[in-house]
Amino acid sequence: MRELALHILDILQNAVEAGATRVALVIVEDVPTDRLVITVRDNGRGMDAQTLAQVTQPFFTSRTTRHVGLGLPLFAAAAERADGQLTIRSQPGVGTTVDVTFTLSHPDRQPLGDMTGTLLAFLLSERTPQLDYQHRVVREGASSVEETDFSFDTADISAALAGLPLTHPAVAQWLAEFLAEGEAELTHVA
Amino acid sequence: MPKLKTLEDLKRVRDEAQQALKTRLDTGTTITVGMGTCGIAAGARETMHAVLDELAKRQIDAHVTTVGCIGQCVKEPLVDIEQAGQPRITYANVRPDMVSRLIDEHLIKGQPVAEWIVGKM
Repeated sequence: MRELALHILDILQNAVEAGATRVALVIVEDVPTDRLVITVRDNGRGMDAQTLAQVTQPFFTSRTTRHVGLGLPLFAAAAERADGQLTIRSQPGVGTTVDVTFTLSHPDRQPLGDMTGTLLAFLLSERTPQLDYQHRVVREGASSVEETDFSFDTADISAALAGLPLTHPAVAQWLAEFLAEGEAELTHVA
Repeated sequence: MPKLKTLEDLKRVRDEAQQALKTRLDTGTTITVGMGTCGIAAGARETMHAVLDELAKRQIDAHVTTVGCIGQCVKEPLVDIEQAGQPRITYANVRPDMVSRLIDEHLIKGQPVAEWIVGKM
């Protein structure tokens, strides 16, 4: 995959497949420490220790629709190429947390890419969990550290919609504009 | 903050949409784009964008949704079009540059693009 936003979409889809009803996605681009950290936390069915030990192995999958899985190994490889790592914590019945770190300035780090498209594809999913999203960019300012932030919780959006689905054409249009506007205000480093 | 400002916009969108919702659900169209690992790697997110853009450009009301892998990875991006009273039709290897013809022929002219179809239900 050519950008990190596509890997993130893949991990978010894993949370949907795991039956999660809540997902938290946090992205921190921290220039002073030269780190990019991506965290996806869900309350899905989780994994036992044996499954957890296998999920970053290429071709392993727990799905029944196909017989190979590559999403997590590809994301882990992308992190390792940029002097980072992917770690997973999981507990059956509790959920799964995926932490992925990168050296922000590493020449082999993939760009973050189109987060608006990734978020929109996730929110239009057939079984969309509640999403708590936070994207922070930390920079060195003239005299101090400056931080910009785009965050939302789809619980607020669902409350405003009062039962109207996110896939409704007018709502999808609003979502696309809302996400693009929020991401644009961050002026990404990654 | 865009969130506070645009949630008010969203409530207006909701009020307008709810008035027409019943008609739309009874007679409407749903377009589903496969968004598993295989679909994502094959460009499904861009295909979804192209579908949304084309629908907006032609002012067609249709629900667009995404779904995980259904096991036909080599045929991704897969796009299903389902219209009320019609069979659900699955198209394979749908690149963004194919979307305009798909919408034009299937949704506007009512003639599915036979050479791209891989399944009907």
